Amino acid sequence: MKKLLNTLFVTIPDAYLSLDGENIVVKSEEETLARYPLHNLEAVCTFGYAGVSPALMGACATRNIALTFMTRNGRFLARVIGEDRGNVVLRKEQYRISDDERRSALVARNMILGKIFNSKWILERATRDYPLRVDVDRIKRVTASLSDAMKLVRNVEDLEVLRGLEGTSAVQYNSVFDDLILQQKEHFSFNGRSKRPPLDHVNALLSFAYTLLATDVKAALEAVGLDAYVGFLHRDRPGRASLALDMMEELRGVYADRMVLSLINKKIINHKGFYMKENGAVLMDDETRKQVLKAWQERKQEKIIHPFLHEKISWGLVPYAQALLLARYIRGDLDEYPPFLWK
Amino acid sequence: MQGYNEEDFLLLSGIQHFNFCRRQWALIHIEQQWEENVRTLEGAYVHRVADQPLLREKRGDKLIVRSLPVHSKQLGITGICDVVEFVLDPEGISLAGEEGLYLPYPVEYKRGKPKKDDSDRSQLIAQMLCLEEMLVCELSLGYLFYDEIKHRVEVTVSPSDKERVRTTLLEMHHYFQRNHTPKVKVGPHCQSCSLNLVCLPELMKRRTVSSFIESRLGE
Ligand code: SF4
Repeated sequence: MKKLLNTLFVTIPDAYLSLDGENIVVKSEEETLARYPLHNLEAVCTFGYAGVSPALMGACATRNIALTFMTRNGRFLARVIGEDRGNVVLRKEQYRISDDERRSALVARNMILGKIFNSKWILERATRDYPLRVDVDRIKRVTASLSDAMKLVRNVEDLEVLRGLEGTSAVQYNSVFDDLILQQKEHFSFNGRSKRPPLDHVNALLSFAYTLLATDVKAALEAVGLDAYVGFLHRDRPGRASLALDMMEELRGVYADRMVLSLINKKIINHKGFYMKENGAVLMDDETRKQVLKAWQERKQEKIIHPFLHEKISWGLVPYAQALLLARYIRGDLDEYPPFLWK
Repeated sequence: MQGYNEEDFLLLSGIQHFNFCRRQWALIHIEQQWEENVRTLEGAYVHRVADQPLLREKRGDKLIVRSLPVHSKQLGITGICDVVEFVLDPEGISLAGEEGLYLPYPVEYKRGKPKKDDSDRSQLIAQMLCLEEMLVCELSLGYLFYDEIKHRVEVTVSPSDKERVRTTLLEMHHYFQRNHTPKVKVGPHCQSCSLNLVCLPELMKRRTVSSFIESRLGE
């Protein structure tokens, strides 16, 4: 498996990034703040507005360094893609599958299976680790019904049915998600998902973590030559990275939710780092955002054994590994797409 | 002359990948999976050459041409000869802009030392076939220069060698037309394969995904 390199997050609002030889140079008001050699970088993610020089964009594109632009609040704006790597053979097969509802369902169901499996084990683990703090019976009822859902999902060949099962499982999981928040309860509680805009602290954190995950997944899919915009469960909609959303299903819980929970439970962040807009939208301040990025980055460096590959890789490479496995399945090398089944 | 259309030409250098592992060749040349896409690399190379007029260097009875782009319509391949030496020879052929008769000898530069397998040889032979077609002549001798031993190895080529390379090229075109990437035959050569990470040869030895899922769900 390839090596995970660093991600450079640029959070200084007026930072300008340019290329100097084989280095990224970060400048603010004509002053050079830092230089980083490109060969150490896997991705560059900038929350500033000043910009990036075309030369650096080109350098990132040819080296497969994912260059992403975000708003200061961490909403995705744009990213730079270089000349197409032109793996038409793989992509055409991806499109064929996407055009065929049944074949799409066969891939999508494994992704959903991964999502439910991972949700179940996040909950199971909580009952094991904190039996005195969580309502074990209540959570066990949910995990039992998630297990039942998985048995059904395993045999689904219809996307609508699959969406239904996915929906009810998500409701089940969300219904006990709040139980997993064990600290700072008075300021952090989960009462269902709100997205546009996030209306409470937990949702603000989740939204941000999902955006980070989405950019990683998109970059991973493109790195293996897949089209991140043509999905199986999520159907085509202009501008929507449907395949990235598909693949995120199985990774959201283990990747993003767990990090958000640990930020709260370990009191790495606190409620003072948030503020509310007039419309009720909850936003993080710069310091909190930096903490989240730091936690995200640290998590990506942690090593795990990939459940299917049986290979030691860093968490940060999981999206890449899954993208690679999906590509292998689409090419006909694997009998099914192996979802990331983590516990 | 009958033959392949230009857009169906394969990269001559692919023959060494093909001989090393068919799957590796297909991953690179059909699926364009390569950390540094070969086509881009070769593309850049061709441009560098095209930017300057053909550089010829004269040394005694030798005319040395570097980075000579060659192709064969009949075999449907294209590539670049590192060096072609044209040696004055009464048996030779005439060259535009040069006096006298010359015989061409391709010299291919390789990293490392001479290999046991046939891939370097095949590539040289394919180059010779191109030169034969472009210059209308017959060749039976070329050289492989290895940087580790720092000298060239003479390669004599028989008609049956050429036939073998022709057959290999036919097979490559066959895969290419069907866009077919053959399955893995995992072997010790996978260890030194640069596409190891993309190919994931270990996967092929493993149990099916179905049984993986079933066993995980059962836990
Ligand atoms: S890893 Fe092995 S099977 Fe795969 S392309 Fe390389 S040599 Fe061929």
